[in-house]
Amino acid sequence: MSRKLFSFPGGIHPPENKLQSLSIPIQAVPLPSKLILPLQQHIGAPAKTIISAGESVKKGQCLAEAQGFVSAAVHAPTSGTVVEIADHEIPHASGLTGLCIILQPDQKDQWIERQGIADIRNIEPTELVNIIRQSGIAGMGGAGFPTSVKLSPPADANIKTLIINAVECEPYITSDDVLMRERAAGVIQGVLILTHILQNQQSLVAIEDNKPDAIAAMQEALAQLNEPHNIEIVVIPTRYPSGGEKQLIQNLTGIEVPAGKPPLHVGIVVQNTATTYAIHRAIEHGEPLISRIVTLTGNALKQPGNYEALLGTPIEHLLEQAQLDQHQLSRLIMGGPMMGFALESANAPVVKTTNCLLAANREEYPEPEPANPCIRCGACAEVCPASLLPQQLFWFSMGGELDKAEQYNLADCIECGACSYVCPSHIPLVQYYRATKGELAKRNADLKQSDHARDRFEFRELRLAQEKAAKDAKRKARADASAKAQAAKKAAAELEAKNNPEGSGQSEGKGDSAASDSDIVKAALARVEAKKKAQAEAAASQTATNESTSQPETQDRS
Amino acid sequence: MKLEKVTSPHLHGRSDTGHVMRLVILATLPGLVALTWFFGWGVFINLLWAWIVALGFETLVVKIRKRPLGYYINDYSALVTATLLGLALPPLAPWWLTVVGVGFAIVIAKHLYGGLGSNPFNPAAVGYVVLLISFPAEMSSWVPARGIEAAVTPGFIDSLSSIFPVFGNLLGQPNVDIITQATPLDLFKQKQGLTTAEIWQPGSAFGHFAGVGWEWVNLGFLVGGIFLLQRRIIYWHIPVSMLGTLLLMSLIFWGGSGSESNGSPMFHLFSGATMLCAFFIATDPVTAATSTRGRLMYGAGIGLIIYVIRVWGNYPDAVAFAVLLMNFCAPLIDQYVQPRTYGHSQGQNKGHKQNKSKNSTSDQSDDS
Ligand code: SF4
Ligand code: SF4
Repeated sequence: MSRKLFSFPGGIHPPENKLQSLSIPIQAVPLPSKLILPLQQHIGAPAKTIISAGESVKKGQCLAEAQGFVSAAVHAPTSGTVVEIADHEIPHASGLTGLCIILQPDQKDQWIERQGIADIRNIEPTELVNIIRQSGIAGMGGAGFPTSVKLSPPADANIKTLIINAVECEPYITSDDVLMRERAAGVIQGVLILTHILQNQQSLVAIEDNKPDAIAAMQEALAQLNEPHNIEIVVIPTRYPSGGEKQLIQNLTGIEVPAGKPPLHVGIVVQNTATTYAIHRAIEHGEPLISRIVTLTGNALKQPGNYEALLGTPIEHLLEQAQLDQHQLSRLIMGGPMMGFALESANAPVVKTTNCLLAANREEYPEPEPANPCIRCGACAEVCPASLLPQQLFWFSMGGELDKAEQYNLADCIECGACSYVCPSHIPLVQYYRATKGELAKRNADLKQSDHARDRFEFRELRLAQEKAAKDAKRKARADASAKAQAAKKAAAELEAKNNPEGSGQSEGKGDSAASDSDIVKAALARVEAKKKAQAEAAASQTATNESTSQPETQDRS
Repeated sequence: MKLEKVTSPHLHGRSDTGHVMRLVILATLPGLVALTWFFGWGVFINLLWAWIVALGFETLVVKIRKRPLGYYINDYSALVTATLLGLALPPLAPWWLTVVGVGFAIVIAKHLYGGLGSNPFNPAAVGYVVLLISFPAEMSSWVPARGIEAAVTPGFIDSLSSIFPVFGNLLGQPNVDIITQATPLDLFKQKQGLTTAEIWQPGSAFGHFAGVGWEWVNLGFLVGGIFLLQRRIIYWHIPVSMLGTLLLMSLIFWGGSGSESNGSPMFHLFSGATMLCAFFIATDPVTAATSTRGRLMYGAGIGLIIYVIRVWGNYPDAVAFAVLLMNFCAPLIDQYVQPRTYGHSQGQNKGHKQNKSKNSTSDQSDDS
């Protein structure tokens, strides 16, 4: 493949450590005694339960549905009984708990009725997006952004490029790698579905060159496709964080996504491999998202590998399958070593975003070394993929200079950790950035509130002025008001006389009929049209704001 | 099961400040060998003495500041300062010169400003300039390099007793008479009347192209510098822009080989402390500009100032002055030369944007 790559600044080459989990094919996991299903496994509003404790459910049955536009449904990964809906530990960087549905499997594994679509070509894209939404699919590369949202661009968005992020640049993680090795055809089918939905001009599947087997499998699957397609497998050089969404876009297209805007803004949609595969399962097999491939790795495991786990499987149960040595385990990371977070306990369940569990021992991940002073060596700036000045940001963070940090574009830091990785003084830079980002968010929220207060005040002044003006106008107009009212009454009576039953029926219709001559009907139609348009616009702007606010968090961490 | 709470990234590269500094010291080796060969054991003795003094001062200050000693000594930065200063001193500099210079560098230039990382001026350069201004005579008495007519390179004992007269007395050699001579850069300044052809006569102090001995010394530091570049301890921007500017300036103002010549490019590149500065002093990250473009400007500035002072100024060599002057400018450069952040258009870093919005709000208030 000789597609021209555009590269991206910075980046590092940490030891890959991927072989450990690649020695065995994808393993099945025996059913655990209970499944814990958090209502929020995605970015956005938590799902709303539609069952209650004590109910029996079947495999694939919807337990909680999406609530609002940016949300994702939750389904039963197996058949069984809902024991309770209660707070439970969830995988979270700060060890939070969250509302979860606790499901006790009945060991029958009985599916609900499934209906796949054999040929998508005659199906409306919106219908496909709807199925994806109802299947509870959210970005499985680590961010968990509801997929249907990314697939509902505003009508005027011209999507040129679909990028499948199969880069998996984080060390240790191989879940996308094995998925492509073993189920390449399914991934390709998923890409076809996405292409049908987005009507994009080109579809690029980006894979790092350290996965030759996956590349071969994908190319093979592509070669066997006997229908026209616009899919291209693009092999990119291995360099962390080449799988960062923005970096990948820059590398493949040379385009930089403007700060604070979603990739949609430049006509690009990025989807992760596992997500793409889940879309294929949902559309063509009628299976909602109830399981995923998780890489289990790290020196505390005797049998590292990739395991296909039901969502909700307690992490403990999963680690047992990989023969965890309890005494060895010192750090348990969800995600990769660069961007993943340490879990406080193994009681939390596997969720949609759990691509990897890294059970490390002390040798592998020693305690962090004490930080030395910054020697301003610039190594951090050299590797920053966002072209920031990490050492300056560090100074501002330390000194609590929030304005300065903001001016130096702290908001554009993707928290990839490359700077901390190379810092010879072992300064936990990203830790400082997170704290400062938090403070900034808080401060800006406060600011907003005071802005609101000011707005409210100004609005009130304006309203009072307007009321006064209106009163004056009223007084002036009072004289001829009665005359006008008379005239209006007359006119209305005339119109009513002209009205017929047919016309009123049509006014409720879709508004595509111009059959009636009646003025009233026309007026009514116009009103309906205007209302629809206003709603559509409101919805569109809603989408846009939703997207732009939540987008910065959707860095696909593959 | 007790699990660690550590935030990402969990991985760390192998680089380490102490390790970096050790490599910097190691990389001075070829230059050190060349200096010792051409100017005698004094160079080596000076260096050791500077190390001892530096460790002594570092310990003292850290104790006074009540900080953990191991932590500070382990970053090796005091030794790097001592090494650079030691290498720049005349080979037979009396022991107290080293004490004053190193003391000033460590105590005042580094610790008084808050310690490693917070010092705005390169400590070695500060130490050197203080000595040059306070003790010009001692600072300009170099022994002639081995290979110059009538040059006698002092042996180990001679060097030792001339640096520490105490040893001379003990060994019964109280007065070592060592001939000193100005460096080629000095000579060049004084010999304005001669044509370059006359200067380059065989046997004169000017060697093949940049002064006997000095050519090799500079080559030695160049080799060490390339080693550092290759190990990615330093980046190419500062050395290349500094040497490039020096080259460019000396090409433009060369003036041929007549008596008005300002020296050939080779002469400027391989004389004095050029290479030591390019790869070891100017590249001190603490006091340099930080961004890539900033470093290019910083290096170019040093090259420019070195040339200007060497050719039109009062001092024969100007490395330390040039570095200090640019140290002064580094924060300014950093302020104005920020790299363009991903997804922002050029010149649209929020730093500038905010200024603009400030202006625009004031405009608005004017309007209303
Ligand atoms: S890598 Fe570390 S020591 Fe070097 S400039 Fe960045 S923060 Fe400072
Ligand atoms: S964590 Fe932020 S500052 Fe550090 S390298 Fe990544 S993007 Fe740059």
